[in-house]
Amino acid sequence: MTNEQLIEHLSNAYPDAVAKIGIQYPEIIVGKEMLHAFMLKLKSDPTLAFDYLVCEGGVDYPTYMQVVYHLESTTHKHFLVVKCNTENRETPALDTVSDIWPTAEFHEREIFDLMGIVFNNHHDLRRLFLDDSWGFPLRKDYKDDIHVVER
Amino acid sequence: MAEIIEKLVTTDEIKADEYLVNMGPQHPSTHGVLRLLLKLEGEIVHNVDPHVGYIHSGIEKMTEALSYPQLIHLTDRMDYLSSHMNNEAVCLCIENALQVEVPERVKYIRTIFDELQRLASHQLWWCASGMDLGALTAFFYGLRDREDILDIFEETCGARLTLNYSVPGGVMFDLHPNFQRRVKDFIKKFKKKIPEYDTLLTGNVIFQERSKGVGILSKEDAIAFGVTGPTGRASGFSCDIRKHHPYSAYPLVNFNEAMGSDGDTFTRWKVRMDEMWESISIIEQLIDNIPEGDYAVKMKGVIKLPEGEFYQRVETARGEFGVFIVSDGKKNPYRVKFRSPGFSNLFAINHIAKGWKIADLVAIMATFDLVIPDIDR
Repeated sequence: MTNEQLIEHLSNAYPDAVAKIGIQYPEIIVGKEMLHAFMLKLKSDPTLAFDYLVCEGGVDYPTYMQVVYHLESTTHKHFLVVKCNTENRETPALDTVSDIWPTAEFHEREIFDLMGIVFNNHHDLRRLFLDDSWGFPLRKDYKDDIHVVER
Repeated sequence: MAEIIEKLVTTDEIKADEYLVNMGPQHPSTHGVLRLLLKLEGEIVHNVDPHVGYIHSGIEKMTEALSYPQLIHLTDRMDYLSSHMNNEAVCLCIENALQVEVPERVKYIRTIFDELQRLASHQLWWCASGMDLGALTAFFYGLRDREDILDIFEETCGARLTLNYSVPGGVMFDLHPNFQRRVKDFIKKFKKKIPEYDTLLTGNVIFQERSKGVGILSKEDAIAFGVTGPTGRASGFSCDIRKHHPYSAYPLVNFNEAMGSDGDTFTRWKVRMDEMWESISIIEQLIDNIPEGDYAVKMKGVIKLPEGEFYQRVETARGEFGVFIVSDGKKNPYRVKFRSPGFSNLFAINHIAKGWKIADLVAIMATFDLVIPDIDR
C-alpha cells in the first residue's frame, strides 16, 4: 500500500486514532486502551502484515510520555510509525507488544529502565542497563548531582 | 545475582540437575564486557540470560546536552567497527531534515569509506571468530591485512578506528592524493587474500563440523526478533538497507545482496565472506569515477533542525542502524534514540542456543558478530 492508502485504510478502520502523513512516514497516534488490539491487527491482517518491529523508543514530552513504534512490513515494504501517549507521570503504564513481536521484550525493558514506563503483561520486566538505585535518566526532570554537569 | 537465584529457586524454574554458570563478563568469546547467565544441565544449555550494561555510557542522555555536530562524535563510540556508517547515519538524518543536497563527490567518498570499513570490520570478525573456534592463525592473518585499510583511513582523515570523517553537509577534509592509488593496490592484494582465508578456515573439516547445522535461526524468527545484517540475511531475511532504501551512492552501483537460507552458523559465516566480495565490487565500481567538486557544502555555524521527528536507517557491518531524532527547533536535540543492530541481534541468541552445548554457544556468538558498546550505548 502507498502511504496515502495506508492512512485512509487505518483511519476508516479506527476513527478514534489520529492518522496523518508525517515529514517522512505515515504516523498514527492510538489510545492506550486500544494499543494491543490495534498492534495485533497490524501484525495479523494480511493486507497490512507489519511483521518487523524496527525500533521502539520512549520520548518524554512536557505534558505526556510517548512510546514510538517504527514498523515495517517485509512483504509489502510499507512503513508506519505508531505512537501511544500516557499522561500519568507517576505510574505510566502501557500494554506490552512483546507477545506480538519478541524483539519488543528487550526494547521495553530498555524503556522501563531508562524512562520508567511500565509495560503491563510483560513477562520479565527487569531493569536492563542500570541497577535499582538509579532513577530514570531519560526523563526530563531527572536530576543527578554527581554525574551530570550543568552548563 | 543472589536475588536472581532466589527468584529461580522460589519459582521452581531451576530443576534439581540444573545449575547456573556465569559466562563473562571477562570471557574471551564475549568480545567485551557481556555477561551471559547460563542455565545448564551438564554441558547442555537450557537458558541464556544476557546481562548487559557493564559499559553503558548513557550516550542517548548525553546527546540532549550537545549540539548536532558534537553528537556525531559520540556515535563513533557505539559500534566502533562501523564508526563511519554511524556518523553517516546522523549526517544523513540532519541533511534530510534541513533538505541539504550534498555534492556528488561526497556521496562517492562516503560510500567508498562505508565499504572499506565494512571490509575492515568483516576482517576483524573473521579473524576473531576463528580464534573463538580455536584457530589462532586466523587472528594474525586478519589483523595483518586489516592494517592496510586502517593506513588508508589514517592518511586521509588522521584517525584509524573512530573516524569522525563525516560532518553535516559533507566530509571533513578532501581525499588524500594517494587515496585512489592505495585503495586500488589494496583491492588487488586483498582479492588474493580471501581465497587464502577460505583455504585456512572455510574449507577446514573441523570448522565445518562445528558450524554446519548448529544454532539454526529460521526466517520467521529472524524477522520477529529483528535480527538484521549478515546474521539476518543468512536466515533468508532480505534486510539490506543499501538495497531496499538506498542512500549516498548505493543507487548508482550494481551489487548483490549476499543471502543464505539455512540460517545456521556456517551460513552466517558464508554470507559475511560473500559480502566481502560484494564490497570489493562496489569499491571497484566507484573508485575510478569519483567526480571532481567540493567535498562539503557550507552549513550554518549553528545547526538547528526544524521542529519534528526524523528517522534515518543505514546498513552497518552488523545490520540496520537507525537514528531517531526528535527536535524542538533548538540547537540541541530534544531526544535521540539509536536503534543499534547488536541490541536486537543479541537477544535472539537465547532462542537458538537452547539444547546446544557451551562450545556451540561460542560458535553461535562468534557468527553473531557482537560489539558490546553497540548494545550498551
